[in-house]
Amino acid sequence: MWKIFKYSFYDMIRNRWMFIYMAFFLLLTLALLFLSNDFTKVIISLTNIILVLTPLIGILFGTMYFYSSKEFIELLMAQPLSRKSIFTGMYLGLASSFSLSLILGISIPLLFYGLFNAANFSVYLVLCSMSVVLSVVFSLIAFIIALRFENKIKGFGVAIFTWLFFAIIYDGIFLLLLLLFKDYPLENLSIGLTVFNPIDLARILILLKLDISTMMGYTGAVLQKFLGSGMGSIFIITILTFWIILPFMRMLHLAKNKDF
Amino acid sequence: MPRIIILIIALLITIKGHSSVIEMCQSCVITTLEDAIQKVNKCDTILIDGGEYHIENVFIDKSLTIIGSNQATLISKSGDELLTITADYVTIKGLILKNVTMSYIKERAAIRAVKQKYITIENNFIKDCFFAIYLENSHFGNINNNIIEGNATTEAESGNGIHAWYCKNINISNNNIKGHRDGIYFEFVDKSKITNNHSELNTRYGLHFMFSNDDDYWSNTFKNNGVGVAVMFSSRITMLNNQFIYNWGRASYGLLLKEINDAQIIGNMLKENTIGIYIEGSNRVKYSNNTFDHNGWAIKFSGGSSDNDFTRNNFINNSLDLIVNTKLGSNILHHNYWSNYSGYDLDRDRIGDVPYYPVKLFSYILDQAPEAIVLMRSLFVDLINFSERVSPVFTPKEVMDDYPIMDIIR
Amino acid sequence: MIRIENLHKKFGKNEVLKGISLNIEHQGITAILGPNGSGKTTLIKSFLGMVLPDKGEIYYKNINIKNHFEYRNDIAHMPQIAHFPENLTSREIINMIIDLRKSKTNENYLIKLFGLENELDKKMVNLSGGTRQKVNFLIALMYETPIIILDEPSNGLDPLALLRLKEHLQTEKQKGKQILITTHIMSFVEEVADNIIFLLEGNIYFNGKLSELLELQNESKLERAIAKILETHPV
Repeated sequence: MWKIFKYSFYDMIRNRWMFIYMAFFLLLTLALLFLSNDFTKVIISLTNIILVLTPLIGILFGTMYFYSSKEFIELLMAQPLSRKSIFTGMYLGLASSFSLSLILGISIPLLFYGLFNAANFSVYLVLCSMSVVLSVVFSLIAFIIALRFENKIKGFGVAIFTWLFFAIIYDGIFLLLLLLFKDYPLENLSIGLTVFNPIDLARILILLKLDISTMMGYTGAVLQKFLGSGMGSIFIITILTFWIILPFMRMLHLAKNKDF
Repeated sequence: MPRIIILIIALLITIKGHSSVIEMCQSCVITTLEDAIQKVNKCDTILIDGGEYHIENVFIDKSLTIIGSNQATLISKSGDELLTITADYVTIKGLILKNVTMSYIKERAAIRAVKQKYITIENNFIKDCFFAIYLENSHFGNINNNIIEGNATTEAESGNGIHAWYCKNINISNNNIKGHRDGIYFEFVDKSKITNNHSELNTRYGLHFMFSNDDDYWSNTFKNNGVGVAVMFSSRITMLNNQFIYNWGRASYGLLLKEINDAQIIGNMLKENTIGIYIEGSNRVKYSNNTFDHNGWAIKFSGGSSDNDFTRNNFINNSLDLIVNTKLGSNILHHNYWSNYSGYDLDRDRIGDVPYYPVKLFSYILDQAPEAIVLMRSLFVDLINFSERVSPVFTPKEVMDDYPIMDIIR
Repeated sequence: MIRIENLHKKFGKNEVLKGISLNIEHQGITAILGPNGSGKTTLIKSFLGMVLPDKGEIYYKNINIKNHFEYRNDIAHMPQIAHFPENLTSREIINMIIDLRKSKTNENYLIKLFGLENELDKKMVNLSGGTRQKVNFLIALMYETPIIILDEPSNGLDPLALLRLKEHLQTEKQKGKQILITTHIMSFVEEVADNIIFLLEGNIYFNGKLSELLELQNESKLERAIAKILETHPV
């Protein structure tokens, strides 16, 4: 597994798209820093972009990578290797090179600019780790989609729809539900609904760093406790861990039962 | 050494005022405060040199000066009041006052001043008292450099740090107040000044005005209170260069204004409050050169307010800048800096060429369904905010800053 | 060594293998033939564990291959089309496979045989189709394995390389290996194959020596013999 990871990682970091991806975040962060010296403003803009872009690129690039590696996977499958190690290795190669180029892209300009103090640094850490988590989760979903759909066009279609669903549609339905049932107590519902969307979970964890003063303005006791204490963060991190483990197991299960 | 200096000062005062100094300590001729007060003449000085004195309900009915040194401490016997001042020109300095306990039937205070003038309360340390300093019908007083630390946990079971009722021309400065209900409370107090105080961790308000007019407060810091400052039913209050920081919670504001007329709010810093300023029924208030930084809502503006003027303020990184639930009407909003402004300045006059709309649709949604707070900064919310801005349906179209400044106003 | 029992496989509604039972004991070169869609590739992939049969068992050295991968140490497989990670060089890929398999190799001999000396440090994405196919061969054949499986080996090879390949296969055969080949080039089969397995509509139509097939169909050329079978069994 580690050998496969090693080689697919080598392959990925030399990929043109990985380089472009890193360069994009590098330029973006630089541009934001030039436009504004205000660290918070830069982080807010970065957050908005990362929450949209990392899932999109993660899912599209992951799907593309899987389809284009089909023959390579077949080559590996003819070797004395278990399917589990092949897919785990390949997936880790993809996810880690993805995360690496993302983190480098964001960090290099920020570190050079040196806008760090303790508070800023913790915001930066949360942002980085959430962007990694989103890349990891959505490239896993990409693998699942590519394993499920033999047809590339269909696979890409499903991938784009999945992204649209988690990035926009889900929150739209969420908001609609909240407005429709506004006369009922909705605190548990609103906590419950975030659980099913990793983008929402990552976003709230960043919000807890950036907008805590607003969050505290909420009047309900349950949600206030959820948002205001460390409990919320722990809860979100736990659920996000599940968002990695469960799709990973699903991916292995699909890989184990697929014909190549 | 300090003892000698104080003695010399006291001597000087004595010479000048033809008055004498009486020393009181645990090994002196005079060992109780009641005794000392009884023995001194008008304008004399009582010097308390160290020691703990358990007293209760001591009345100061002569114009005199009480100076404490070497940790001279007055402790309440059973938790009732310590000193009550009923004469003019009384000075209380350098004492430690302790253990006035909570009572549901009487507003017990460490120092109470009733119907007098020209009181001075300076350099005292008032610890764990229900009310610390209580002024009623007290004019021209000076309350300076005191450290007042209460142990309030709930609003209902705590008293105020400095409580003033029906007073005029009092001056409160450089005090450090912590752990009371209201740090400073003004009711029917006119023409008074509150400067350079630090009011922190009070269960209700850092500073509270009720029915008080023509007061100024400058350069104070209000940190981590339920509400930083509440100004209610008062006119002509000047609020200058104060800091309102970290007032977090369900009904937490940096500054709460209710039925306020003709106030000036200038040069204040409102940072990391759930709501920066909450405004209700206030007229002819001028807001300028204030900085709203990292608040949940910078300004929440409720109905019944007119002729307010918001110019040249900084709105920096607030989650939401403004919520208005009526039309803007005769209120004015222009030439402010908004960090959330995304317009351009092609003619390079450092004023944005397109207006800024500070009211977001999402603010309205939050009003309807507060739980939607968990959707803040999501792409969907950004999209509906954007489409609302393009064609306003729910948000008032005329609430906008026509001349958004491009740079932070110093 | 390879025993296949009652193998069934469906892809959707398409029944590709309809209960194939097969014993491949004989050494030498066996050609697996059949029209398009007759199940050749599926049969091979089933043996390699890439396709999971619906029914039936496959044994290698009397061990069921299901949920095992170690038996593939004994197999060299060359797929029809070779796509390698585009940004690795041939050398890195060769090293990777060596790293993965950890057994004795003779890659230097094969590099010379196919004349790949100057291509080793180029990225795969920059290699021509034929060169990639040579790398594909090299990777498949560089081990000493008792079983060699070649899927359409003649695709994209220049005549010289093809000649070299045939020579190499003869050498390997001399060592007593089992070589399985699928191809559509009948002249190639006639030249190298000892045995023929002919698949038709998911069943085995013929399994035996090349000469027996010719005899059975009463033809002197394999191409004619095959054509005759297909004419009598229209797909």
